[in-house]
Amino acid sequence: MKGRLALRVVALGYLTLLLGIPVALVFVHAFDDGIAAAWEAVTTPEAQHAFWLTMIMVVVAVPLNTIFGVICALAIVRQRFRGRALLNAAVDLPFAVSPVVVGLALLLVYGRRDGWVGEWLAERGIQVIFSTPGMILATMFVSLPFVVREVVPVLREIGTEQEQAAATLGAGPMQTFWRVTLPAIRWGVAYGVVLTTARALGEFGAVSVVSGKISGQTQTATLFVEDRFQRFDLTGAYAASVVLALLALLTLVSMNLLRREEGR
Amino acid sequence: MVYLSIVALIPIAAVVEASMDNGFDSFWTAVTNEQALSALKLTVIASLIVVVINAVTGTLIAWVLVRDDFPGKSFVNSTIDLPFALPTIVAGLTLLALYGPDSPVGLDLAFTRASVVLALLFVTLPFVVRAVQPVLLELDVEMEEAAESLGATRVTVFRRIILPTLLPAIIAGGGLAFARAIGEFGSLVLITGNLPFKTQVASVFIFGQVESDNTTGAAAVSVVLLVIALVVLLFFGWLSKRALRHEG
Repeated sequence: MKGRLALRVVALGYLTLLLGIPVALVFVHAFDDGIAAAWEAVTTPEAQHAFWLTMIMVVVAVPLNTIFGVICALAIVRQRFRGRALLNAAVDLPFAVSPVVVGLALLLVYGRRDGWVGEWLAERGIQVIFSTPGMILATMFVSLPFVVREVVPVLREIGTEQEQAAATLGAGPMQTFWRVTLPAIRWGVAYGVVLTTARALGEFGAVSVVSGKISGQTQTATLFVEDRFQRFDLTGAYAASVVLALLALLTLVSMNLLRREEGR
Repeated sequence: MVYLSIVALIPIAAVVEASMDNGFDSFWTAVTNEQALSALKLTVIASLIVVVINAVTGTLIAWVLVRDDFPGKSFVNSTIDLPFALPTIVAGLTLLALYGPDSPVGLDLAFTRASVVLALLFVTLPFVVRAVQPVLLELDVEMEEAAESLGATRVTVFRRIILPTLLPAIIAGGGLAFARAIGEFGSLVLITGNLPFKTQVASVFIFGQVESDNTTGAAAVSVVLLVIALVVLLFFGWLSKRALRHEG
């Protein structure tokens, strides 16, 4: 019994030192100069714009990745085609690539000077790098695998019997998908969406490379935190961090709720 | 497939191409540049240390969460995923609050190599825990009890019965943690101070090269990083499969 208690103390102590206290301290520091100062720091036009831009990233990247994720998972589980294993492996690629490398990669494709299609796009007045489209692409890249990874195991588990039954009863492929498959995988999809959103909100490295960090223009919430910190505006950095941390906590809560729903 | 190509595959291909832009020689020069080498070395060593620590602490935490019972356990369980949900830049700032110059306990690790390991430990925390937990849940207590009733000590039970079962999961989680660690950027920017030859990791080095317009050099180091990540993922996958076979 003593050994068990010791293990518990060590495990919880480790978590407290690594997670608990540091996260709590950010909340404390944010309100070092009072609540008013913290509120002011996150409501400046710059800060508001940064959070707005982050919202745009989420609103574009998450639906696209969700649609892609479901289609891709269906292809991996339900279809037999050459290159299926390759597709399966390629989906995980963003997990193995450093965010900075992602940014560099986009620069090399869409960059005006040394990008593959940058010049062609620039002639048509489309600027990808140092503007919103590039940052959206970066966000899409890093949050690509989540929905696929959550939906694939669920699809495997539910099997094809119900789908076949629906087809036998005369349902078309679309009808089968909307009425049978989608309801069956909905918790997997929801879980994937939560994870994708969290990642899209918090992406820093890839966005940092392609954004050019133009304050008030291409600065997302995470870039705003870094910028404030570099300028020794600690209240601003901590206050914006608290907003992001609260969003992260919200993510955790929704994950737990989903897990509970799924168990039912 | 088209979507995947546009979003992910083509850009990665562009990096590989760019690294060879001026022939293999310039690739080699860029990679063997002293600063690049030192950054790569630090990245790999720090990541290895992190994997080893994670293997121990992650298994321990999973064990406590599955086998132990205490008030607030489900709360602790849900906080494990916090490092995944928290933006990396916030993670860096978070650690700086406790282990930085303004540390309330007087422990200033900022701008040291220890801070690199610390930040990596933070962001990779969930991998091993979440890999081991389900396996531990499935593990039959009866086997352990049988071994104990036959006179095996607790240590023997752990070494001969529990560990072999958990090993594939620990290795798989460790592999993911390693892949994440060598590419980590956001949490390291603030706390490591980015000192060349001392605390500069590969991803920060690449970022610096991009900023100073040396895309070829940046691409070259990126390719090395990519290759390391892929080789490690394959190696850990193979190791995990082997461990699985031994057990069966």
